[in-house]
Amino acid sequence: MMALIETNLPALQVVLPLVAAPLCAMLGRGSRSWAFATIVSWLTFLIALSLFTKTFGGTIISYEMGGWAPPVGIEYRVDVLNAFVLMIVSGMAAIVLPYARRSVAAEIPAERQSFFYTAFLLCLTGLLGVTITGDAFNVFVFLEISSLSTYALVASGAWRNKRALTAAYNYLIMGTVGATFFVIGIGMLYMVTGTLNMADLAVRIAAHGDSSTVHMGFVFILIGIGLKLAMFPLHLWLPNAYSFAPSAVTAFLAATATKVAVYVMLRFMFTVFGFDYEFQAATLEMVVLPLAILAMFAASLVAIFQDDLKRMLAYSSVAQIGYILLGLTFLTDTGLTAAIIHLFNHAVTKGALFMVAGCYVLMAGTSSISSLRGVGRDMPWTTAAFVVAGFSLIGLPLTVGFVSKWYLVLAALELGWWPVALLIMASSLLAIIYVWRVVETAYLQSAPEGTVRKEAPLSMLIPTWVLVAMSIWFGINAMTTSAAASRAADMLIGSSQILWED
Amino acid sequence: MEHHSILRVISKLLIPPIILYALYVQWHGDYGPGGGFQAGVVFAVAFILYSLVYGVDALTKIVPPRLLHAFAGIGVLIYAGTGIVTMLLGDAFLGYNALAHDPVHAQEWGIIIVEFGVGVTVASVMMTIFIAFASHNPPLKDQDW
Amino acid sequence: MQASILDLDYVLGHYNYWMFVILMMTGLYITVSRGNLIKKIVGLNIFQTSVFMLYISMGKIIGGTAPILVDNPDAVYSNPLPHVLILTAIVVGIATTALALALVVRIRETYGTVEEDDILAMEHEMEFGSGLPQGGDRG
Repeated sequence: MMALIETNLPALQVVLPLVAAPLCAMLGRGSRSWAFATIVSWLTFLIALSLFTKTFGGTIISYEMGGWAPPVGIEYRVDVLNAFVLMIVSGMAAIVLPYARRSVAAEIPAERQSFFYTAFLLCLTGLLGVTITGDAFNVFVFLEISSLSTYALVASGAWRNKRALTAAYNYLIMGTVGATFFVIGIGMLYMVTGTLNMADLAVRIAAHGDSSTVHMGFVFILIGIGLKLAMFPLHLWLPNAYSFAPSAVTAFLAATATKVAVYVMLRFMFTVFGFDYEFQAATLEMVVLPLAILAMFAASLVAIFQDDLKRMLAYSSVAQIGYILLGLTFLTDTGLTAAIIHLFNHAVTKGALFMVAGCYVLMAGTSSISSLRGVGRDMPWTTAAFVVAGFSLIGLPLTVGFVSKWYLVLAALELGWWPVALLIMASSLLAIIYVWRVVETAYLQSAPEGTVRKEAPLSMLIPTWVLVAMSIWFGINAMTTSAAASRAADMLIGSSQILWED
Repeated sequence: MEHHSILRVISKLLIPPIILYALYVQWHGDYGPGGGFQAGVVFAVAFILYSLVYGVDALTKIVPPRLLHAFAGIGVLIYAGTGIVTMLLGDAFLGYNALAHDPVHAQEWGIIIVEFGVGVTVASVMMTIFIAFASHNPPLKDQDW
Repeated sequence: MQASILDLDYVLGHYNYWMFVILMMTGLYITVSRGNLIKKIVGLNIFQTSVFMLYISMGKIIGGTAPILVDNPDAVYSNPLPHVLILTAIVVGIATTALALALVVRIRETYGTVEEDDILAMEHEMEFGSGLPQGGDRG
């Protein structure tokens, strides 16, 4: 039995939450479906953990769906990079779901909660599927499974604020345009190569060489994924979607959805198109690099002027995605390591921050910064969590944020791009301003009279502090995550350089 | 009550062949054009036609939305369940070869079962979507638009 | 290899791509420019249909029949894989459309309109009309 499970782990990773989703809908009452979804998310995390330990040494697990060998059949391919991302996604689900019970109970009517958890599990299925699959079209299908359930999850914030509906609608329009661009890009590549398997695509594109069809495919995929991951000028759906979604959804999405989109980008840029694809290198340097730097500044500046805490954090997410993309555009080993490690670090940090925002929404009834005056005395643990996670967002030493920034600056200096290194540090100063605004309001201003605010319940505090503790632990003990990230970067570079050798 | 008698008679004549055709498309999907998606939609169309003529309430009396929700889930479970069974039999997920002694039969059985699951889900989801929209009380009357 | 764009045969020979481009641009333009939420969805559907056309037309082989096994061993079949992919994409499209329409119904119920301009005005009112000190958000 154990051997049977072990050989089928890659399939189970996706099938488990997929099977659990309809069962969850049939369970009916909220608390039962919550308990079920939580247990499932823990099991998926265990699967991801065991896949990660297996692939950490550099082995690549290939699983043939339906027994059809690739490139004809759909292949699930797990290497150290996507095992790392699988771990982030399922780990965040496992932490967010225990947190979700109280928060969802307050924000969603009881008879709808089982559908909420069903959509959550479907979203998890989609995100895990995108990450694990080795088939380009399968990426699109899973991307849409996760996106469609995400739109529904965002819209379920409408019981608290009706603007969630328009936020979800706009997200749907932009997300679908993005997915359609992505599928056009895959179509272009299919025209040139006649294959959809990513490893096979890489070999055939390298053999085919460059052509205008490959250019178009690249551009369509870049824009499509750019929309999904909220690359700077394409980020317009993100602030509203994050502000008006239920708190638990925001915490989960901010930590995983954009990260998975970044993973797809990494996979296509470096496994499919290859590290040495010149048109790609030029595009990354001439287009994506300036946009990433612009995102770091523009989004941070906008974040400074937000009154709503969730919206402020959402704009900060756009800026943080700028850092990840920046690491990617360096096209060096260190740069990629920085991007991959920041995937993890930002997931942990932003997850914790959005969880704190959720605690405020539940206990203080609002996430507006101006009405959180003096909240530091009423909700000391929650606010302390915000402070520590905020340090990590800024990138102070001993936090994970510092590790990412360290690698980013290192990568910039390696290339001799010292202006970029200076810009990275300058944009961190902006983060200090918006984090400080909240800290100042929470601690230094006195609470308006007559407010009754109690500390958040333990079921929400513990998951929040688990993430905060992780952001410290992996900040001091950066060896594990950076080893995984640098191995993933080596793997990406190594695999593509063989192909474009001649 | 006896309005639209032509519509009523014609739809009564049409609905059985539509369902029959849906079943044909469903069960011939393994070696001809067809399969669960198409059959499910055609099957749902028969019910949707019925409700267009007799009203949504008549339809929800035959197939209550709760039942449809359950069937939508059951279809997915049939699909994924087949995959899990093949895993337990020692093949990959949805590796039908383990289902029978020779691969040709096994593939055929596997496809039939899986397509049945697809058909059940698609039919119930199409009807759910239709009922969800059609039974929605408009906040304004038609003339106010 | 690189034929001139002015070559008439080259232009006409790729008519399926022209159709794809026209449909795609029409759909995208409607999606972006219309203020009516329903019309946006119509545009989105046209946009998605263009992709179906791109895939299906590239799978067609001149002289090839439908990819159903026949007795003639010399039969030429069109490529069935794009058909399968597009079947999936159509299903995704249906799900997207149904969800989008459901959202529009809810928006209509809560806002009383499906015109984007009116909704934006209302949301602006909600955000800035309440007298709270607000930041410089442009939504």
